[in-house]
Amino acid sequence: MSSNIFVIDYGIGNLHSVEKAVSYLNAGARVIDKPEGIESARGLILPGVGAFGDGMRLLGERGFVEPLKRYARSGRPLLGICLGMQFLFSHSEEFGAHRGLDLIGGRVVRIGPKKIEDGFNYKVPHIGWNRLILPPEFKPSWENTILDGISENEELYFVHSFTALPDDSSTVLAYTEYGGNLIVAAVKNGNIYGCQFHPEKSRQTGIRILQNFVNIASNYKDAYAISR
Amino acid sequence: MRNIRIIPRLDIKGPNVIKGVHLECLRIVGNPEVLATKYYSEGADEIIYMDIVASLYGRRNLIDIVEKVSEDIFIPLTAGGGVRSLEDINNLLRAGADKVAINSWLIQNPDFVDTSVKLFGSQCIVGSIEAKRMPSGEWMAFYNNGREFSGKDAIKWAKELAGRGIGELLVTSIDQEGTRRGYDYELIAKISSIVDIPVVASGGAGTLQDIEDIIYKGKADAVAIASLFHYNDLKIGEVKKFLNRTAASMSGV
Repeated sequence: MSSNIFVIDYGIGNLHSVEKAVSYLNAGARVIDKPEGIESARGLILPGVGAFGDGMRLLGERGFVEPLKRYARSGRPLLGICLGMQFLFSHSEEFGAHRGLDLIGGRVVRIGPKKIEDGFNYKVPHIGWNRLILPPEFKPSWENTILDGISENEELYFVHSFTALPDDSSTVLAYTEYGGNLIVAAVKNGNIYGCQFHPEKSRQTGIRILQNFVNIASNYKDAYAISR
Repeated sequence: MRNIRIIPRLDIKGPNVIKGVHLECLRIVGNPEVLATKYYSEGADEIIYMDIVASLYGRRNLIDIVEKVSEDIFIPLTAGGGVRSLEDINNLLRAGADKVAINSWLIQNPDFVDTSVKLFGSQCIVGSIEAKRMPSGEWMAFYNNGREFSGKDAIKWAKELAGRGIGELLVTSIDQEGTRRGYDYELIAKISSIVDIPVVASGGAGTLQDIEDIIYKGKADAVAIASLFHYNDLKIGEVKKFLNRTAASMSGV
C-alpha cells in the first residue's frame, strides 16, 4: 500500500536507512530529490546526517527550501530527523552562522560542557543510547504524537554534536540527559515534528515512532478527504 | 552513568566473517548477515563491518552486505575498508551505513579528514587506528590491516585526527587483537585522555573483567568485541548485565 510518505534526498545523509525503516513498516516511502510533487505527500520526512551549513545549501540548491515551508504551512505532517530536526529551527551556530527553515523558533548550538562528576568524560559528539525524559515544566502528553505508546525508560540512539534550543520550551516533547545537561530529544510545533535521535536506528522502539508518524500521516489523509 | 556501547566487530573477507590473531591467521567464523542478525536480536548497540581486503578487491562487496543487512537491522552500522573518496563514503552511507571508518587513506591524505567531515559531519567519519607497541614503548600507527608501517606515532596521530574534526576513533591494538589476553589499557587510556571525542577500544577482549577494565581503567567510550561473540563464549546480554552490576556497585547504588 502507498501511504504517500515522501523522504527528501538532498544529496547527503542516511536517507537509505530511513527509507528502509519506512519500507519495513510496509508504508512505502518515496524518495524525492526534487520538490516537484511535494504537495501530494501526506507525510514528509527530512532526514539528516552531516553539517548544517552544507545541508541547508544543498536543500537550497535543489529548490527545497520554499516548497518545504509551504508544505509545513499546509498543516500536513513533517518529521525532521537529527540534522533534519535542526533544520527546522531559525538558525545554527555550526561552523559559522547559518539560517534554518525557521519553522520552529530557536537556534542550534554546540552541546555544552558536562555538569556532573561521575568518572565519565561525556565527550562530544554525544554518541550512544539514551533515555527520554518528559519535560518537567509542561509535561506534554505523548498521546497521538510520534511518541505515542513510548515510555520514558526506552532507549534511543543519538549521534550529534549540536543541540536545539527552542525559543518556546512548550514545543519540547521530550528531553534526554547527557553529562548533566538536558538535551532536546523531540519537538512538536503543530504538525511539525522533529527528533534528535535516529528512530531508524533505535531498534523496535524507533520503528514504533516511525509507525506513529505514518499513522499521523494516514489519519491526516482521512481528515483531509472528509473535509473535502 | 553513561551507557557504554557494546559493539560486535565483524571483519569481512569476501562473503565471510573472518577472525584472526594480530590481524593475521584468518579463520572463517560465519556469514555477515546471519551474525549481524543474531547480534541485533541479542541487543548489540551497533555493528562494525570492516572489509579487510577491500583495498585489493574493491568496495562493492561491503556495499552489498551493508545494503542487505540494513533492511531489517535497525541499529547503527559502521563500515570501513578501502575507503578512498567522498564518493566511497557517500556510497556506503546510501547503502545504509551510518558511519564510515577510514585508516589507510587518512594516513596518506590527512587533509581528507577536513574535507569529509565538512561534507558529511564529524559524527559520520570514524578514524580507524591500528597501533602496535614498539620496543621503545611507544605506539606506532599501521595501515592496510596492520601490514604497512606509517611512520606516525599513534598517540600523536589520534590527536591530529581529533583536531581535524573526526567524530570518533576506533583504536585497534595489533598486539592484543585476537589474543583474548585483554585490551591494551595503556594505549586506550592514553588516547582517551588526550582527545575529546569518543574512543572505541578494539582488540583483546577475553573476559568480562577485561571489558570492565577497558571502560574504567582505559576510559573507553565503547568496546568492540569479536572473538568472544563469534565463538559463542559470551552473549551480549551477559556483558550488559555484568556492566550494569559493576556500574551500580561503583556508584554505590
